Amino acid sequence: MVGTLRRILALIRKEFASIFKDPRSRLVLVGPPLIQFFIFGYAATFDVKNVRYAVLDEDRSSESRALLARLQGSENFELVQTLSSDRDIDTVVNLQRARLVVHIGPDFSRALHNGIPTTIQVILDGRNSNVALIALGYLGNIVEQFNRDLAARGQTGGGILLEERAWYNANLQSRWFIVSGLGGVISMVIVMIVTGLSIAREREFGTFDQLLVAPFRPGEILIGKSVPGMLFGLLDALLFSVGAVLWFEVPFRGTLTALILSLTCFIITIVGVGLLVSSLSMTMQQALLGSFVFMMPAIILSGFTTPIENMPQWLQIGTHINPVRYIIRALREIFLEGAGVPMVWPQLWPLLLMACVTLPAAAWMFRHRSQ
Amino acid sequence: MGLGTAEDTATEGAPVLVVQHLSKSFVTKKGAPALLALDDVSLAAHRGRVTGLVGADGAGKTTLIRTAAGLLAPTGGTVTVLGLDTFRDAIEIQRQVGYMPQKFGLYQDLSVAENMTLYAELQGVPMAQRPERFQKLLRMTDLTAFTRRRAGALSGGMKQKLGLACALIKSPRMLLLDEPTVGVDPVSRRELWKIVYELVEKEGIGVLLSTAYLDEAERCHHVVLLHDGKKLDEGPPRKFKDQIRGRVALVTPPAQIKPRQIQNRLAGRKGIVDATIRSGRVRVVMAQEGVQSLARAMPDAWQPTIQEAAPQFEDAFMALIPHREGHFQIASRSTAGPGADQDEVVVRTRDLQKWFGDFEAVKHLSFEVRRGEIFGLLGPNGAGKSTTFRMLCGLLSASGGEIQVAGHDLRRAGARARARLGYMAQQFSLYGQLSVAENLTFYGRAYGLANSRLQERLAWADAEFDLARWRNTPAGQLPGGYKQRLAMAAALLHEPDIIFLDEPTSGVDPLARREFWLRINGFAEQGVTVVVTTHFMEESEYCDRMLIMSQGASLAMGTPAEIRELARTPERPDPTIEDAFVALALGEVAPRGRATDAGKAGPP
Amino acid sequence: MSRAALFFMRMRGFLRKEMLQIYRDPSSIALAIILPMVLLFIFGYGVSLDAEDVPLAVVLDDPGPEARDLSSRFDLSIYFHTHYATSITEAEAWLTRRQVEGIVHVPEGFAADLLNGREARVQVIINGVDANRARLIQGYSHGILQKWIEARQARGEPALRPPVTVAQRVWFNESSVSRNFLVPGLITLIMTLTGTLLTALVVAREWERGTMEAILVTPLRRVDLLLGKVLPYYVLGMMGMVLSVVIGIFLFGVPFRGSIGALFILSSLFMLASLGFGLLISAVIRVQFVAAQISIVAGYLPALFLSGLLFDLDSTPRFIQIVSYVLPAKYFVTISHTLFMTGNVWPLLLPNALALAFMAALFIGLAYRKITKRLDG
Repeated sequence: MVGTLRRILALIRKEFASIFKDPRSRLVLVGPPLIQFFIFGYAATFDVKNVRYAVLDEDRSSESRALLARLQGSENFELVQTLSSDRDIDTVVNLQRARLVVHIGPDFSRALHNGIPTTIQVILDGRNSNVALIALGYLGNIVEQFNRDLAARGQTGGGILLEERAWYNANLQSRWFIVSGLGGVISMVIVMIVTGLSIAREREFGTFDQLLVAPFRPGEILIGKSVPGMLFGLLDALLFSVGAVLWFEVPFRGTLTALILSLTCFIITIVGVGLLVSSLSMTMQQALLGSFVFMMPAIILSGFTTPIENMPQWLQIGTHINPVRYIIRALREIFLEGAGVPMVWPQLWPLLLMACVTLPAAAWMFRHRSQ
Repeated sequence: MGLGTAEDTATEGAPVLVVQHLSKSFVTKKGAPALLALDDVSLAAHRGRVTGLVGADGAGKTTLIRTAAGLLAPTGGTVTVLGLDTFRDAIEIQRQVGYMPQKFGLYQDLSVAENMTLYAELQGVPMAQRPERFQKLLRMTDLTAFTRRRAGALSGGMKQKLGLACALIKSPRMLLLDEPTVGVDPVSRRELWKIVYELVEKEGIGVLLSTAYLDEAERCHHVVLLHDGKKLDEGPPRKFKDQIRGRVALVTPPAQIKPRQIQNRLAGRKGIVDATIRSGRVRVVMAQEGVQSLARAMPDAWQPTIQEAAPQFEDAFMALIPHREGHFQIASRSTAGPGADQDEVVVRTRDLQKWFGDFEAVKHLSFEVRRGEIFGLLGPNGAGKSTTFRMLCGLLSASGGEIQVAGHDLRRAGARARARLGYMAQQFSLYGQLSVAENLTFYGRAYGLANSRLQERLAWADAEFDLARWRNTPAGQLPGGYKQRLAMAAALLHEPDIIFLDEPTSGVDPLARREFWLRINGFAEQGVTVVVTTHFMEESEYCDRMLIMSQGASLAMGTPAEIRELARTPERPDPTIEDAFVALALGEVAPRGRATDAGKAGPP
Repeated sequence: MSRAALFFMRMRGFLRKEMLQIYRDPSSIALAIILPMVLLFIFGYGVSLDAEDVPLAVVLDDPGPEARDLSSRFDLSIYFHTHYATSITEAEAWLTRRQVEGIVHVPEGFAADLLNGREARVQVIINGVDANRARLIQGYSHGILQKWIEARQARGEPALRPPVTVAQRVWFNESSVSRNFLVPGLITLIMTLTGTLLTALVVAREWERGTMEAILVTPLRRVDLLLGKVLPYYVLGMMGMVLSVVIGIFLFGVPFRGSIGALFILSSLFMLASLGFGLLISAVIRVQFVAAQISIVAGYLPALFLSGLLFDLDSTPRFIQIVSYVLPAKYFVTISHTLFMTGNVWPLLLPNALALAFMAALFIGLAYRKITKRLDG
């Protein structure tokens, strides 16, 4: 028992030393996570801002100007051009100078005065359909507000108000959605690289044979190899969680216990996957590409950027074997919905189940894949 | 040396390469002093002659050849090839020289013919000339039957010949060969030299080659001896040998004494430059003439026969090379009695087999190793010795047969069984980023050493292997010889009963190799069992018994004397192990004492 | 032999070798053909911004036929899958447990307000965790409500159509299918993989295996070396492009409205730019491992996140937009979106093409300068 502990400790100490002393590993540990944190934090957003638009106002009345002034006043929109004829619409949209054109017909104000419902035309550039739909939503809200103000001034009667409320994320900031899951994704990248490279590095430099010949049991190697990756992963995940709250101002509504427990479960699973990839590869190169091949679909199909619910049914079922899916869901529940341990538990046991498969498989591979 | 010495070719051709005051330094790290790889070296190579660059690792051989090929720009001095400056006219030179780098420069995924076609096109060999040229080169290199095989699937010797064929594709006027024979079996080495001589004699081209094999130096017309970037001496091999005439002795041990004991006794003594075991005798190079004075260095009871011997290039090399500090200092000399006569079998294999897919890498091997024995697994690269070795250590599973090491099958035995053995992997597997002390501490702890016991053993390693001053140096930055020492120290830290050494001397210069074997001798004397693989045939002299392998099968097994005996013929009264190997490999003599015969051939 | 003949012979030899290597090395094929296919399928099927069949709770506290008429509109919508709750409390419980993603609540007195010309209210509560999805759900609800009002008005029932309504027309992607912009954008990513990652890897591998050293000591000039590396990987990358376009059009039903010629020319420019970048990496870094790292961090990740392929660049902070200007991927994403969905809009394509041409020239020029026939740089 004492011997086991001593050997594991020796291995852990050595792992840390070789991670810190290998410039290549250091590069991998520091550069990409930081870059990812900021790229994801800033660039990975579905919030639509600064929508460039052009205006074709054929009415030129105080009413049309009042409506357009609301558009101009919104921070979501940015006026780029005022058109004089509907022939210009084509050019402006085709060349992507404006993503939408608001076209107010010549009898807009007359209709309003006479109490006749009227229509304004909006032409949207559908090349990015998501932006188009969301911009349309913004515009709808502005027009609705305009209508309500008209009603308040008694110019028209009532109407139907669609009263909207969004739970957990009242202002509908997609940054919350992305950044809350960030700790999980980035810690996965780090864990995959640390553990993924650990055995492959030893294979490449020939030291792995030395380990296998030494009196280590496979379980001891497994623990010794897992611990550094787990510590790094957990540390980074917590660090990025703090960064999410302090830097990107994402709320933290759940419990710290739930956060740490979820991250630990997730990282154990990923350590298993990383070690499996590593023990399958003969070189660091292969381990890196292998990790890449695992991580790419795992992230894309996790609901991190786009919802799982939008996928076809067969693929949705398939995502149940994707560990990232669970941590993303758990993190969002913790950050935004205020979940505690009981609430996230349904996300945790599948993770632990996966760890029970990947870790022993990796331990078996240590010995059985050596040439 | 079957091909005779060529040094008497007196006619000196026009110089094809002139190196004048060449210096080359590399900046390794910012701030660190530049590494001076070549320091004011001048030499010339001539048409129709073989010029050899000889030296230990890090002597600057590769740097010089690369500079001549226009791959490196000189820091100082000039290099002129065929009258052209390598710095300014690199392309023009590259049209006229053939170059074979250390790794042969072959595309592994391309077949033999495709590799040759590639170089023919790059060198602009006209279509019309190709069939004839290819045929000639293929015939010369014996590759005609393999034109469609992928280069990656060729044996080491064939790769090297293909590399040579590619370098010769456009009848170059000069040939640059960088360590062409490293890791190649003796048969292939001899064939390569035959080809080189043909080229020199028939086509009159100039050859510059580097080698770490000192016996090859004797085959050159002109030898340039490099050491640490400086030229120590140059001249025909005979000149080198003449310098030490009268200083070389052969000591024949009496029956009850092993040559190893005599060597251990003599090595490192004042006045003795070198002591090695050759064909069952100890070859000694002395600092001064007077070989009979050697008798005084040995106990009277031994009464060895001492006779003067004709010097070889290797003897001269050892005499010329400045010896390092701390060289040949063995702290633990024969404390326990010689252990080899204990009869306990420590390693036993029976009918051992290994298949990789449908390739049989090891064919029915059976042998036994006794306690305190040094047992060698010999053979060229790809003979299956590493595979056998890895099965012994439990790193690979056997496809058939049985293995027992200290009573266990290591593949299945628990961690405890492994605690009693030491293992030194090929290429001295160390954690390159960790310091010497960290490496040793890790392996110590891995084998359960702790606290004062660990400190004690670390101190032992520092003293025994002279590692103290490198303690905090990252292992990856150690000089080759010290890497080997560290690897050995790590393998021996926990005082194992059996040590497995995989190619412990490859890539290590002749000095470090000698030192290594002296240490191994010391441990064997203490009763440690040693299983070692090597592709250096002459090193097998240090083994008590050996198994010679080729293509997965056993060619012969026995003591060095028994193996040499196989190749004895009237024309060759005093054969070396290498001669025996060549004879066995070519089928000139029948295999004998084969391991397949259940390893009954023990020591006499 | 003439210089030109020698040049062609060298090139032929070098190119044949590259082709054979690509053909025989499984990792090249994997990176150039298999990985793009996998990406294409993952993106084509797995990444979608279009919500369908969103589980929605409906609470009708108003028993009148107007409320039922409105809720039946939600029932019939392809965007929603409705579940009727008896009370708002029950519906909120469903929302908390994530059984539904939103609630449509028609409060008591809805019909009365509607008929009496007062402002009638319908409440929509959405789980906002996924803000983008929530916004889409809001938009769909709006649309349904507006359609309902228009229908009532057409039937002459009291509806009180608001004074101003929006008539929308989405150009180029009439049904707003996100796949239509994701798949064309993906081609950028796939070409980056071949152009930058694969190229950087193969050249670094030649250094590691020592074949570069032997090649350098032949009369091969720097131009030959550059051309010999550019041409095969150009062909390979273009094959990946064609493969993606074919799969995109025929499997995923993405429209293609530009001309094949324009696609060929413009994607060639992009291919050359990313090849040049890959060659530049490999000319400076001779270790596969580091080369792979750099091409992923500087090539692949930006192409995925900073090019407008998935996330809209206009909405990112200013400094991200500035960074995106140095990325060839940004220009090609615009080009590809336009060619697929709009057509040959040359006034838009040309400036982007010029930027790509400039970058291709810059990277290849730099790579040429960095390629050396010496080992010591």
